Amino acid sequence: MEFGLSDDQRMFQDSIKGYLDSAAPLDTVREVADGGLAKGQDIVSGLTELGLDQVLVPERHGGLGLGLLDAALIQEALGSAVAPANFLATALAIVGIESVGTDVQQSEWLPKIAAGEVRFGLAIAEYVGAREGAGVTASHGLLSGKSLFAMDTQNATHVLVADTNGSLHIAAMSEGVARCPHATIDRTRDLAELVFSDTASVALTGENKPGIAANRVVQAGRLLLAADSVGAAQTMLDKAVEYAKERKQFNRVIGSFQSVKHLCAEMAAHLEPARALVWHAAHAVDENMDEAAVMVCLAKSHLAEIGTFIARTSTEVHGGMGFTDLVGLHYWFKRIGANRQLLGSPERVREDAARLQGWA
Amino acid sequence: MDLSLSPEYEAFRDEVASLLADNQDKAPTQNDRGMKNQKRLDWQKWLIEHGLAARTIPQDYGGYGAEPDILKSRIIAEEFARTGLPKGIANQGISMLVPTLLELGTEAQKQAYIRPTLHGEMVWCQGYSEPGAGSDLASLATKGEIDGDDYIINGQKIWTSTAKQADMIFCLVRTEPDAKKHHGISYLIFSMDTPGIEIRPLVDMTMNANFNEVFFTDVRVPRDQIVGEPGKGWQVANATLTHERGMLGDPNAAKTRLLAIAELMQQETINGERLIDNPVFRDRLITLQARVYAMQANGLRVMSSRIKGESAGMAGLIIKLQGCELNHELARLAIDAMGEFGLLYGDTPYLRDFGAWQAKYMYDLGLIIGGGTAQIQKNIISERGLGMPREPRPAAV
Repeated sequence: MEFGLSDDQRMFQDSIKGYLDSAAPLDTVREVADGGLAKGQDIVSGLTELGLDQVLVPERHGGLGLGLLDAALIQEALGSAVAPANFLATALAIVGIESVGTDVQQSEWLPKIAAGEVRFGLAIAEYVGAREGAGVTASHGLLSGKSLFAMDTQNATHVLVADTNGSLHIAAMSEGVARCPHATIDRTRDLAELVFSDTASVALTGENKPGIAANRVVQAGRLLLAADSVGAAQTMLDKAVEYAKERKQFNRVIGSFQSVKHLCAEMAAHLEPARALVWHAAHAVDENMDEAAVMVCLAKSHLAEIGTFIARTSTEVHGGMGFTDLVGLHYWFKRIGANRQLLGSPERVREDAARLQGWA
Repeated sequence: MDLSLSPEYEAFRDEVASLLADNQDKAPTQNDRGMKNQKRLDWQKWLIEHGLAARTIPQDYGGYGAEPDILKSRIIAEEFARTGLPKGIANQGISMLVPTLLELGTEAQKQAYIRPTLHGEMVWCQGYSEPGAGSDLASLATKGEIDGDDYIINGQKIWTSTAKQADMIFCLVRTEPDAKKHHGISYLIFSMDTPGIEIRPLVDMTMNANFNEVFFTDVRVPRDQIVGEPGKGWQVANATLTHERGMLGDPNAAKTRLLAIAELMQQETINGERLIDNPVFRDRLITLQARVYAMQANGLRVMSSRIKGESAGMAGLIIKLQGCELNHELARLAIDAMGEFGLLYGDTPYLRDFGAWQAKYMYDLGLIIGGGTAQIQKNIISERGLGMPREPRPAAV
């Protein structure tokens, strides 16, 4: 019995953090957010070299065969650096293909993902909640309709699409897919509208029962978004504490005022158990534990709430400087804000948790 | 990450389970009231003999004498929870005084006090807080003046639970008036039958006297009734305060409480609609469920650290603050779900769960304050956990 990370897990996470410290400092994040595509590609290439595309791919398909907990630790590191990366969409495409693709389909796609030969975006938002009547339907291998908040599609060669029934399909990002990027608060993330017009696609036809396929992807996605918020919130807490130890007012560092200390203590007191919850939920999914699905919903909705609290509180501890673009704290604030809405706002995710327990 | 138990521990669980199953007739029931009810004392003796209570206390002092093993302790606790059988006696003597004596007591003190305390034959109360010394405990003013071989004690303690039932008190007394405040305190242990002690029940907002005030007027205590050196009582007491903080805030209790509320919300109806079917109430329930699960995961993490003999760091520091707050909010949800029924308290028709939710709601507010207030906890978290500076002391006026 051990609740904690292995040495290997710690080392892997540290190596990613170390890489991001040098490759994605705030100035670089800022450049990417302002449209510096090349810089963004450099970071992605570096992460690929570290093996991120291989993490969730089973060993027999050329991957590392690691679990969702390992992926969560990586996502935590990415969130802590607000790093632009396509790890999330890649990981979720792997989960989708592995859990509901046929053996042939798995052998076709997973080695290519692990080798970096294909790059997946993800169009699944409408399965969680469709607005303005959006959604993609599949008929005889052709996709039609639109997905409003597709992830990581800019440099993708393919996109994994959930249709309105929750079955999964793979389409090439070609002329058959019209892409219109969104300007959102979180410029470190790539969100775009995709329009499919009788676009050629391949359905994943292993255990692709309506609902089950998309649910597994949504579950992994929610867990990883929660992990991303753990990382981002930890950085915001660290920055608040660091600032409070340096900033002087009334001839004292502001971190010696109890009003400021207590804000920092509250952030830590919420974040520490939340991190354990995310790890526990990821482990539960890896081990197929009964409570896994409920725990993921709890982790996603809880990190949305405490992430929001920490984003706001850290900004306040920074005083006026927290509000400026100069300090750049807002990149973390916005990342946490985006994580809160993606794949279901906390109210909707809690309703899922209630449904899973027969309470709704 | 590995949450499974090795075969050795699974075997231990089976052993505990069958031991309890075979001997459940020995257990005291609701009818066996009173701290020194013979059936309760016999049960405690049997539990100790079989390693189900006082497990790691050396046999020489009346314990079972097992090596500390956190997993085994946890398994035992889980089996008591599962079977609903009463677990070993938990009181301040066992949780606070015994560890203190084991660490800092003389051999004679260990021999005299640990065995009867563990067996429930000797009950203790704690004399720490005073009307003028709460969060600033070290400013306590109850004084002990030397007179021959005795200390003469005068002063007042407050928040003393079980003072009426206690045989003995472990008490902080200022014996070195000229020393700085943390260095003038001694840790004395003496009988509650000593002449000059007056106990007044302190009725709290639950309308019960969960606590007392204890007054000392020329109470004569032999000077050798001290634990540690004169003037070192602060260090002695801090050893036990650590034990108390660990005791408060049990994540499994919160999970039980949450399930009870979910059950309540499925039973209670308003205008014919079950509360669980009301989306707002349901949302509150799940919001709290996430916090309960987070504290449970945090508890597993802390336990893992302790098994390895490592400090749990921040994960340990936040337990008291978060655990007590969470329990209080759970009780609040239960009361809101009952609406006007939630107001009922005492012997009255329509009462739900014997009024337990209101009692918990109020008592848990006491727990948020007691044992180091929430604000003191935040100081500890920020100073010890985040390395933030202490509030500078104001210049002397």
